[in-house]
Amino acid sequence: MALIRRFEEKAAEMYALGKIGGFLHLYIGQEAVAVGATSTLRPDDYAVSSYREHGHCLAKGSDPRRVMAELFGRRDGLSKGKGGSMHLFDKSVNFLGGHGIVGAHLPLAAGAGFAINYQGGDQVVLCFFGDGAVHEGEFHEAMNLVALWKLPVIYICENNRYAMGTAIHRALAQTEIWRFAETYGIHGEAVDGMDVLAVRECVGRVVERARRDKTPALIEARTYRFRGHSMRDPAGAVYRTREEVEREKQRDPIALLTARGLKDGVLSEADVRAIEQNVADAVDEAVAFAEASPEPPASFLFTDVYKD
Amino acid sequence: MAVMTYREALNLALREEMRRDPRVFVMGEEVGLYEGAYRVTQGLLKEFGEKRVVDTPICESGFTGVGVGAAMLGLRPVLEMMTFNFAILALDQIVNTAAKMLYMSGGQYNIPLVVRGPGGPAAQLAAQHSQSMETYFYHVPGLKVVRPSTPADAKGLLKSAIRDENPVIFIESETLYAVKGEVPDDPDFTIPLGQAIVRREGTDVTVVAYMGMMYRAMEVAEELAREGMSVEIVDPRTLRPMDTQTIVSSVRKTHRAVVIEAGAGFAGMGSEILSFITEQAFDDLDAPVERVTGENAPMPYARNLELLKTPSKAKIAAAIRKVCNA
Repeated sequence: MALIRRFEEKAAEMYALGKIGGFLHLYIGQEAVAVGATSTLRPDDYAVSSYREHGHCLAKGSDPRRVMAELFGRRDGLSKGKGGSMHLFDKSVNFLGGHGIVGAHLPLAAGAGFAINYQGGDQVVLCFFGDGAVHEGEFHEAMNLVALWKLPVIYICENNRYAMGTAIHRALAQTEIWRFAETYGIHGEAVDGMDVLAVRECVGRVVERARRDKTPALIEARTYRFRGHSMRDPAGAVYRTREEVEREKQRDPIALLTARGLKDGVLSEADVRAIEQNVADAVDEAVAFAEASPEPPASFLFTDVYKD
Repeated sequence: MAVMTYREALNLALREEMRRDPRVFVMGEEVGLYEGAYRVTQGLLKEFGEKRVVDTPICESGFTGVGVGAAMLGLRPVLEMMTFNFAILALDQIVNTAAKMLYMSGGQYNIPLVVRGPGGPAAQLAAQHSQSMETYFYHVPGLKVVRPSTPADAKGLLKSAIRDENPVIFIESETLYAVKGEVPDDPDFTIPLGQAIVRREGTDVTVVAYMGMMYRAMEVAEELAREGMSVEIVDPRTLRPMDTQTIVSSVRKTHRAVVIEAGAGFAGMGSEILSFITEQAFDDLDAPVERVTGENAPMPYARNLELLKTPSKAKIAAAIRKVCNA
């Protein structure tokens, strides 16, 4: 969580310096979901996410240096600089990508689950998406298919209460998202998305069940994005009050876990400082790596359009 | 060689590829128990079972996404669109996801996916079930687009499409399923994607046409032969990648060209073919290239209006005469 937080704070700085272009959707505030959920996986399990996916990609085990290089648009990036912030892919850790069309990767996750069953495997798929995907038709098509075909797919809706700038009550007739699971006859559950241990416990249970019984699930992780929708909306303050944002920041998942660790005596102040130093070093190294990586050569424009 | 229908040739291609490669599976609406709305998948469920012949609910976008996701994990899905008109519902999965995955992932994930089914003008199926859909796909880098006109091409090209490492849009035609022709028996018979074929040799004019329009042009060519005109007909077979070389070579020989397409003419396939002919063979042309296209209106239901919508033999003949007499 600390690595993701520091990585994204640095990415925001690099964006301000013009080192990163395009859209940059920060995950700050939601780290407990990616970390708690992926911590329950085996390396050969799969994860797939939307365009707010830096955290999921790092949590699945990608090299922060190659993620940063991708944000910089450099040839040593995960996608050789051709994907950018919204399209991180890492086959070496079974990260099936960052996808830019809201809802479109939900059927993809079902397809991965279909392939696992077809191949006789026992892996599972975690599919992360925001509350804004729930009003897309593909959410419902995917729920129906995984339920109908009993696919080992866990859908994790990160409900941060805003689909871009549209509050959930302005967009969904049923704001208790986990309840959509009832409609499709699968397991549904809401969890505190700011509590990494709660997420880990909840997702761990459904992952084991999916692995064993091929049963899908829909988890609603209730969370909050501290930053705006993207860097074009830095404050995220037009559609929500400053008081609300400040109140939610009191539930910072990293601060909550740190306080709990200190209180329980499993973490010391020195440990906390060491973690902070380690992640700061790793992120600095990622930036140095990205800076040093060359731009993709012109010939890359035409490679990877078709595979021979 | 065996004589079989276009439909049987497609069915045989599916069977042979499914026997050859256990990663190949067929998925779509009514492909299993119902044996295909147009019977292309007849008998497949019996031979390969439910695991590999998968009936889906009606959810084109959903099951196409399933195909893309399954392809990411190494399977080779063949998706059936009951008609290609319904593929518009899956257009995002095809255009934004399947076509771009290899590129966005920097070469990590290719999508060996075939999306097949009938498209193009049909018989009195009206505006939503009778239109040329290739236009929506051949513009997109990352996709390959096939329009097979004969039973042999249907078999050879579908097998190549299934073996291809990229997403291939394979658009058949309701009006051709019953057409019979000779098809090679060899289970390893394939036709490479991206190769046009000269259907009829001639010396006076090159006519470029595919699917139903190719057959119509062949009839016109026979009629004009009685008047002493020698018409060469080239069928592109694959629209992307397009075999420009075979078409341009033919035009260099005949010095005249007519391009026919069933779909509405504005920004259609004919415009693209016309433009590369003029770019590459302008100095060889003895007359401006003519286009004969579908009218710029939706497909009407009424039979008399429907006949006006797609290029008639009379219009094709008039265009050929015009360039030959220029």
